[in-house]
Amino acid sequence: MAVEAIQPDVRSVPEVDDRSLGIVGAGKFGTTLARAAIAAGYDVAISGSGAADDIALTVDVLAPGARAATTEEVVRDSEVIVLAVPTHRFRELPRDLFAGKILVDAMNYWEPVDGDDPELEGAAEGTSTVVQARFPSARVVKSLNQLGYHQLEEHRRPDGASDRIAVGAAGDDRRAVDAVMRLVDRLGFDPVDAGTLENGRVLEPDGSPVAVTYSADELAKLVSP
Amino acid sequence: MPTHFEFGLDTFLPITVDESGNSITGDQVIRNAVEEAVLAETVGIDSFNIGEHYRTEFMDSASHVVLAAIASRTERIRLGTAVTVLSTQDPVRLYTDFATLDAVSNGRAQLVVGRGSLTDSFPLFGFDLADYEELFEEKLDLLVRLLRRQPVTWSGKFRSPLTNQFVSPPIPEGRIPTWVGVGGSPQSVVRAARFGLPLMLAVIAGRPERFAPYVELYKRALEQEGQPALPIGLHSLGFVAETDEEALEIQWPFYKEQFDWAARERGWRPPTYEQFLAEVDHGSMYVGSPETVANRIAGAVRALSLSRFDLLYALGRIPHEQRLATIELYGREVIPRVRELLAASTDLVVAGG
Repeated sequence: MAVEAIQPDVRSVPEVDDRSLGIVGAGKFGTTLARAAIAAGYDVAISGSGAADDIALTVDVLAPGARAATTEEVVRDSEVIVLAVPTHRFRELPRDLFAGKILVDAMNYWEPVDGDDPELEGAAEGTSTVVQARFPSARVVKSLNQLGYHQLEEHRRPDGASDRIAVGAAGDDRRAVDAVMRLVDRLGFDPVDAGTLENGRVLEPDGSPVAVTYSADELAKLVSP
Repeated sequence: MPTHFEFGLDTFLPITVDESGNSITGDQVIRNAVEEAVLAETVGIDSFNIGEHYRTEFMDSASHVVLAAIASRTERIRLGTAVTVLSTQDPVRLYTDFATLDAVSNGRAQLVVGRGSLTDSFPLFGFDLADYEELFEEKLDLLVRLLRRQPVTWSGKFRSPLTNQFVSPPIPEGRIPTWVGVGGSPQSVVRAARFGLPLMLAVIAGRPERFAPYVELYKRALEQEGQPALPIGLHSLGFVAETDEEALEIQWPFYKEQFDWAARERGWRPPTYEQFLAEVDHGSMYVGSPETVANRIAGAVRALSLSRFDLLYALGRIPHEQRLATIELYGREVIPRVRELLAASTDLVVAGG
């Protein structure tokens, strides 16, 4: 139809690449990621569950150069946002908060730590599909969940380093996956396309790559459907 | 850099094995722990601290009862927790238990309160994990009030209010040293500073040095809150034997068993021997001869400006006899050697002006 013909093909529009990164969650993972992103040249805004002032000192000491903000400000100012809140709390965020934004689901579900969560426990297509269902207007990519926060700190390497390790990214929005893979690369890891969001379940704690360091080749084999 | 140091032992009262490798009964584990604490006092260890878990492999669900039994057999060693899961305790009951322990032990009770890394106590005692943060904040507030000045007038969300309430037995302010246990959450570090309570870092993997930013955060937060400088402690894992080889040989199979279980539960890949050695070499496993372990502890004390170091001794189902042997070496050889090393480094600082 004519109306459709004049619509721009969104797939041909390059993803905004402005080196800004939003992080929702100022815990040990969020602050470690903020530090890594600052080192990689990103402009980082990070939020906790309340006012920016509540985390100002924490951010100043643990991630100097990052900006403490409210979650609303983080979302407003960033195209790529990493969700790094405790897994049992992501449902406290509004459903449309991340409309149109790339949302990196860096959470893992561990029953002993997160408590019994029947929806996540029974998520046959992976916990990130539950996150996508919770935030239907967000472009969810599962990534950065494989590494513990100290691994994130200690294993970052420049491109081409022989001991550089791999980090997978899985999502249904391919341009969003590309953008997250660029982020992973700049943070100091070899990005590996792990396929669809559903396939992202291979990156979960009951798959083998969590808390283990793999080369890109090894990880690519593990995530191939 | 602190000049006064305390060295303690922590245990979760794990089910251990006998000499033929069979698990012993839980009640025997509890009686063995009393014997281990009595030995700890004999060899000059400063404190004996018991965890709080609700799982089949740990017998530490009622630490104050075990600590009271130890109190009646000892005279000097401090008796505490590592950690008390405050989020799911009633602060009034916790106060009565430990004020009573303080009385029977003649002033030796202490506490480390935390949120705990496991969440078994939430469903067990009817709490909602979604209230995790709020529960800890509210209960810490009430506990601190009870410990600092009575009568207490208080109201909160999770228990009935108190009006001009005295809770017996009375104790003077500061009588029960109460530390906040932190596993790496920056907000918990800031909270400890806000309440003016000393900080106990629980570091069970990786280099202790990577917690230096948390120490900095704690110090800055204390300043911001107008609080005085307060001590910082570290809880890590370890095992001491006569030689490095013997210590590694005894600890490794039990370390492996423990982490194989955790790996199955959490979906991790089980640790390799090389990873274990890396933890022993520069991570959070203080395993080896007395000299090796003393050097590693002294290094951590310097790196994090610690005043207190607690060793969770003999990880896993290591038999009672070997637990006793490690306590003996820790008390008689490791601790005096750490004090010597730290005194030497303090002298260097002084000499260097």
